Amino acid sequence: MAKLELREVIKAFDDKTVCDGIDLDVEVGEMVCLIGASGAGKSTLLRCINLLEPIDDGAIYLDDTDIAEPGFDPLLVRRRVGMVFQSYNLFPHMTAAENVMLAPRRVTGRSRADLKDEAEALFAQFGLVDQMAKYPDQLSGGQQQRVAIVRALAMRPEVMLFDEITSALDPQLVGEVLDALRALKSQGMTMVLATHEMGFAREAADKVCFLKHGRILEEGPAETLFQAPQNAETQAFLARALK
Amino acid sequence: MNKPNAAGMTRRQAFEARQRLRSAVIAATSTVVVASAIIWAVPRAPGWEKVQASFFNAEVFARSFPKLLDAFLINIMIFAWCAPAIAILGLLIALARDVRAPALYPLRILGAAYTDIFRGVPVILTVYLIGFGIPGLGLPRPWNSPYIWGSLALILTYAAYVAEIFRSGIDSVHESQRAAARSLGLSERQVMRDVVLPQAIRRVVPSQMNMLIALQKDVSLLSFIGPVEIFRQAGVFKSLLANFTPYVGAALIFLAVTIPATRYADYLMAKQARERS
Repeated sequence: MAKLELREVIKAFDDKTVCDGIDLDVEVGEMVCLIGASGAGKSTLLRCINLLEPIDDGAIYLDDTDIAEPGFDPLLVRRRVGMVFQSYNLFPHMTAAENVMLAPRRVTGRSRADLKDEAEALFAQFGLVDQMAKYPDQLSGGQQQRVAIVRALAMRPEVMLFDEITSALDPQLVGEVLDALRALKSQGMTMVLATHEMGFAREAADKVCFLKHGRILEEGPAETLFQAPQNAETQAFLARALK
Repeated sequence: MNKPNAAGMTRRQAFEARQRLRSAVIAATSTVVVASAIIWAVPRAPGWEKVQASFFNAEVFARSFPKLLDAFLINIMIFAWCAPAIAILGLLIALARDVRAPALYPLRILGAAYTDIFRGVPVILTVYLIGFGIPGLGLPRPWNSPYIWGSLALILTYAAYVAEIFRSGIDSVHESQRAAARSLGLSERQVMRDVVLPQAIRRVVPSQMNMLIALQKDVSLLSFIGPVEIFRQAGVFKSLLANFTPYVGAALIFLAVTIPATRYADYLMAKQARERS
């Protein structure tokens, strides 16, 4: 697993600044939750870490390498940093197993037969063995999202990013996806989550950051931040979110 | 409220059954009235006798029809080699118009110019220009065959339309699919080949079916530069027998192919619309 350090990350779309000088440290095996209202910059920050969006200024260190350096090969980063999206984004024309094996096949050049056991073990770990041969539209939202997690894990990432992965799910399906995150955490995965699940953040996160207008206004251990927020904006947000 | 009545229907079902019966009666009556009017009126038109003799002559029909069917095999043959060539060229042009690499920028310009030119010129003009122009360079046999250059004209024209349809399919694949594929470490090429294209091609199958139907008919344009396909063969009979019935026969043969194909394309479209809603 790897650690992440963000230094003064700035990202603007046209003249709208979405990340306005973000500093963040994520230690090896740590789970960091980003909270804040929609539009605070949580998703953009995650996309920047994965180099899906190039940043305008600042640095992103993945194990002491500045991956945000212009010209750095984004493919190398994305193979080490997995990402799961709010809308699952499984490939609809492939079965769950093919979704999971596509990137390892293409990137490492290994064959389906060669990858099958590994893939099956991952599916088993998340209780999905029976779903391997199914297409995404034959799966529930919770199953699709867990397949998306398996798909990212198949590349053996050192850091995982989760972008509001339970926000599109029916309430009764949220639990199974959060259980998958707990399992990953217990295996020592370095994780950064953008989330609206305050209960989960409080229970599972090592560190919680509150974002507003592209800045981290307050950060700290989950218990401290939820119990005794110092910043007035954090207090107001939590009062609304936890009501 | 929902107690079934004597016929075992709920009140709503009974109401809808009455509505359906009423619609069916009105549709049948109106169809009968219109059909009788046509059957009554057309033979009373002053020129009907002549039209009947020159367009619907059973004897001429029987004599020309087998030969027309033979000639139609040529249409099928030309169609059969043009269609795959169009699909491949169309896809290549669609991809060329979306390349990002700066070194390949000329390809983008070429792709754009290509679609503009071949969509902007009537098919028959392209057939004439290429079909007469290139063999006019003095090529030796068999390289001066109108089959080759006529087919090329069809391929070039249709590939321009087909490319645009492929492009619309590529554009219709949601950005989030690309983002997911890129986040896994796939290169732009792999994203296109494994994730975007398979979805794009499936989505445009119904539209491309319509292009195939149009191509099937436009194969007849090659008759203007030589090949004796069905339209030309019908023309030969017309001159020989001084009668237009062979054209009606040719039209029937076309319809026998295009109507099922059109229905199938419509069925695919409707199926797709259902799946997406």
